[in-house]
Amino acid sequence: MIQRNSGRKADELRPMSAKVGVVPNADGSAMFSFGDTVAIAAVYGPRQLHPQHMQDPSTGILRVNYDLLSFSVYDRKKPGPSRRSQEISKVTQWALEPVLDLKEFPNTVIDVQIYILQADAGTRTAGINAASLALAHAGIPMKNLVCSVALGKLDQDIVADLDKSEEDFEGGEGPTDFPIAKIGTGNDFSLLQLDGKIQPERVKEIISLADVTCKQIYEVQKKALKEAFQ
Amino acid sequence: MSSMAISNQTIESFKKMFSEGKRFDGRSLTDSRELKIEYNVSNKAEGSARVKLGKTEVVAGIKLQVGAPYPDSPNKGNLMVSGDLLPIASPRVEMGPPQFTAIEIPRLVDRAIRESSMIHLDKLVITPGEKVWTVIIDIYPINDDGNLIDAATIAATAALHNAKLPALDENGKIDYHAPSTGKLPLREGIAPITVSFFKLGNSIIIDPTREEEEACDVRVSWGVSIWNGKHVINSCQKSGAEIFSASELEHMMKILPNKFNELSEKLKSYL
Repeated sequence: MIQRNSGRKADELRPMSAKVGVVPNADGSAMFSFGDTVAIAAVYGPRQLHPQHMQDPSTGILRVNYDLLSFSVYDRKKPGPSRRSQEISKVTQWALEPVLDLKEFPNTVIDVQIYILQADAGTRTAGINAASLALAHAGIPMKNLVCSVALGKLDQDIVADLDKSEEDFEGGEGPTDFPIAKIGTGNDFSLLQLDGKIQPERVKEIISLADVTCKQIYEVQKKALKEAFQ
Repeated sequence: MSSMAISNQTIESFKKMFSEGKRFDGRSLTDSRELKIEYNVSNKAEGSARVKLGKTEVVAGIKLQVGAPYPDSPNKGNLMVSGDLLPIASPRVEMGPPQFTAIEIPRLVDRAIRESSMIHLDKLVITPGEKVWTVIIDIYPINDDGNLIDAATIAATAALHNAKLPALDENGKIDYHAPSTGKLPLREGIAPITVSFFKLGNSIIIDPTREEEEACDVRVSWGVSIWNGKHVINSCQKSGAEIFSASELEHMMKILPNKFNELSEKLKSYL
């Protein structure tokens, strides 16, 4: 087993924290962090969708915008959307949509804004956890929370919640980054992305690690929501 | 009429047929369409290929440029994958700002190629720390009859195998009229392929036609190659607002190596 820089065990997540109601203007908002990765999310809506020609009388739509703030990384990130942020916005939307019943809100849009304040890998998964909390905080009917974490593989070892130094690991089969999201603590995956090198037969180890880690994330999210409504 | 959205009735008939394991063209749910590859789409490109998967057609071209290395990899060449969904390929595509699919295809091909380590980027250095080759793969669908991403990855892999390094003149500029200095340095035996699974209701299919693809709720694409004699997944992306269950994932992992072998054999007959 590879010695992790942080001294963590293979299946150990970084310390998590979550807080609901961090943007008073929004209909719902939340912060979620994995170690040094900090994401905030705000929800506006359901509200009328403009331009009007985009309105759909059969359903509401979910619109997600994810981005890194310019100072969240060592080399300043040029403000504005990139291909990367557009892709992450889209996969985040797809990760969240299965828990919403958008048909209940015809002609409207639910806007989800996700920004990364501090990045140390796993930003999209922290963003999804924050967004899921913000949607719940906004009182939007949800079938469940969405729990997300970046799993992966360092050389031969399956690990949870890679930090940046691990993402840049060189040696053996190198790093594999395998971000996933699950619907609550069930068996359904709403986000699947990957880059690296992992044998197909080892995907079942990822599936069981997802099970263990998402349960912990779910508890942190639940606690944050209860605190907000006390 | 071809530009109209797919009707609920068509979706329902697909759902019923798939649940019985049947398709309109007689294929089984996991059969691929016939794969054909041609080279030399453009003699101005350093390498190029045309891939046909049934009626789906995608062209890929390789251009090489001399440039500076990235600061974090001073002794490696660069790889860039780009492309666009052109209105020539389908009545669905309109002129204007790129649709998300136009961004997604090059990004998925980029990850499948890059993470497979197929290109010997460390052999693409001209002057260490200063000048390196940038490999640019451009991908354009010519006819979209579904499953563009799988066709696009094969087109990129084939075009890379077909690519040659241009000669440099005494000033370090590319001399297109001088004979090539050799093939693009690739690692032996690595030819990445993407296998995408599409889900409608409870059925999972491979290599859909455009109509089947439009009926489906969600897709997941797996970039696969061989590393140290074993199958490895290099990239993956789920696209669409539906879920895949853990058991569906396990089902796909069983099919994936065999599907890769089947497509790989066809691809290698053209390399």
